[in-house]
Amino acid sequence: MSATAVVINSLVGLALLLSLLKDRKKTLMGLKIALNASRKMLPAVLLVIVVIGLFLGFVSPLFISGILGSSSGLLGVAVSATLGSVLFIPAILAFPMGASLLESGAGIMSVAAFITTLTMVGFVFIPIEIKELGKRFTVIRNSLSFIVAIIIAILMGLIL
Amino acid sequence: MKPPLNNSLLNEERTATWYKKLRWDWTILALIIPIAVTVSLLFPDRGVRVADISRSFFLEMLYILPAVLILMGLFAVWVSKDVVIRYLGAGSGIRGLLLSMLMGALPTGPLYVAFPMGAMLIRKGARIANVMAFLSAWACIKIPQELVELQFMGWRFAATRLLLTSFAIGVMCLLAESIYKRFPQNRIKEKESLA
Repeated sequence: MSATAVVINSLVGLALLLSLLKDRKKTLMGLKIALNASRKMLPAVLLVIVVIGLFLGFVSPLFISGILGSSSGLLGVAVSATLGSVLFIPAILAFPMGASLLESGAGIMSVAAFITTLTMVGFVFIPIEIKELGKRFTVIRNSLSFIVAIIIAILMGLIL
Repeated sequence: MKPPLNNSLLNEERTATWYKKLRWDWTILALIIPIAVTVSLLFPDRGVRVADISRSFFLEMLYILPAVLILMGLFAVWVSKDVVIRYLGAGSGIRGLLLSMLMGALPTGPLYVAFPMGAMLIRKGARIANVMAFLSAWACIKIPQELVELQFMGWRFAATRLLLTSFAIGVMCLLAESIYKRFPQNRIKEKESLA
């Protein structure tokens, strides 16, 4: 279990305990809401897990850095932003990757576009987002985030 | 809170043809699992990696999601609508926006954890722009992640990106909200997906 998981679980455990002590009926109602929500989310979560497994199993980091490193300019930004939206890489791996890309000569714009879309736009998580927040919200948030990420990347290229 | 889901589902079922009764999530899942299995069998060494990664990701979700959903359930019963509306509702202004971003930036954890929380905030009367800000801050300027960025990318890169992103998020969320309001979707569907 990661540190994050331990912290989240102990905090929620504590909250649950306090809630139980204060009002049992209310707490049970809350748990029921949680159970309903998890039943609704289950297929989307399983779907995301399989898709991530397929992605990361078949697309190696080397392949990704190859693409990111070889493209430059505005086309490079577009390619990196697309890759960053589609892929799912934990931040703890993405930043070292970005750093090594910069060292090996990739443009700041491309790296910034990659990192920003990687964190803001999540194609893999779209099933969960639609389940929770609805199609309209999901489409607007992801497409605007994509555009904003590209603007940020271009600005960063101009500033740095 | 009673689920308005049953009612609308029943109504739809009466008129729906068979393909409308299919749930898209289960359908895609049923399609993609045979694909995953086939490709894994065709490329056994890659297949092992696919299984490994899926398993570790499954465990990660197993450790985090139940806690998050319980937190959401507790939030639903303990935090009143009035409080959410007062701090994050339509009249909360720039302070609501900043509060949402701060709320999103403090915790750590993957983005999918934030979706149920965002949905809960909307149901409790938070402004769309604020929920967008919460999610966006969670996605790209959460503090633990910024520290990793600082360590690997250097302070110039990290600070410039942080400043630009924070500003951009604020503008983007207001824009997103006005677009959101301009697309009145099928009410039943919207409610169903939010239920």
